[in-house]
Amino acid sequence: MHLGRVLGTVVATRKTEGLEGVRMLYVIGLDEHGNERGEPFVAADTTQAGPGDVVHLTGSREAALAMPEPFVPVDSAILAIVDHVGDRDAESLRTPPPPASKPRAKKGGAR
Amino acid sequence: MILCRVGEPVVSTVKHPRIAAQTVFVVHPIEADGSDAGESFLAVDHAQAGPGDHVVVLREGNGIRQILGDDKSPIRCLIVGVVDAIDVQAEGA
Repeated sequence: MHLGRVLGTVVATRKTEGLEGVRMLYVIGLDEHGNERGEPFVAADTTQAGPGDVVHLTGSREAALAMPEPFVPVDSAILAIVDHVGDRDAESLRTPPPPASKPRAKKGGAR
Repeated sequence: MILCRVGEPVVSTVKHPRIAAQTVFVVHPIEADGSDAGESFLAVDHAQAGPGDHVVVLREGNGIRQILGDDKSPIRCLIVGVVDAIDVQAEGA
């Protein structure tokens, strides 16, 4: 489980069975100081989070268990919208999200 | 299970119902001597741990679901013990 920041929303009309109605967000991992970590990825949302929100993510089988229907093809899910990490409020962990229409370019890098 | 040092609490108001009553901490993996050993992550507390404590963290969802008695828990990392001491046999001793 780790922290992340929501970069934007993902819209997909044609989806695998089980993903109907599942809200998907474009997210990047964060450390506890708000520094970005790794490459962005797509996570299913259970909290109505939006772009700019700092979130608590879970992965693997546990991500599918977070969904209303637990046998779904989901490997990353948002469990909570973070208000504070220690003394720092989520505002101080936020940086302005890039425009949702222009996903950031990425090059290499291990995850 | 790995050794970690407990960092700051992570406070959320909007939470998945299955973690709504749980305390979440940033935890930092450590070596037996207390030095840092990798990237921090989030863990749910199940041992009344607090910031600065050295703890044992379980990172296996099925074991966690057994401990919590909740077969649909989405928790992946759980603090299962507070470490009092670690004795490591010196090499060659």
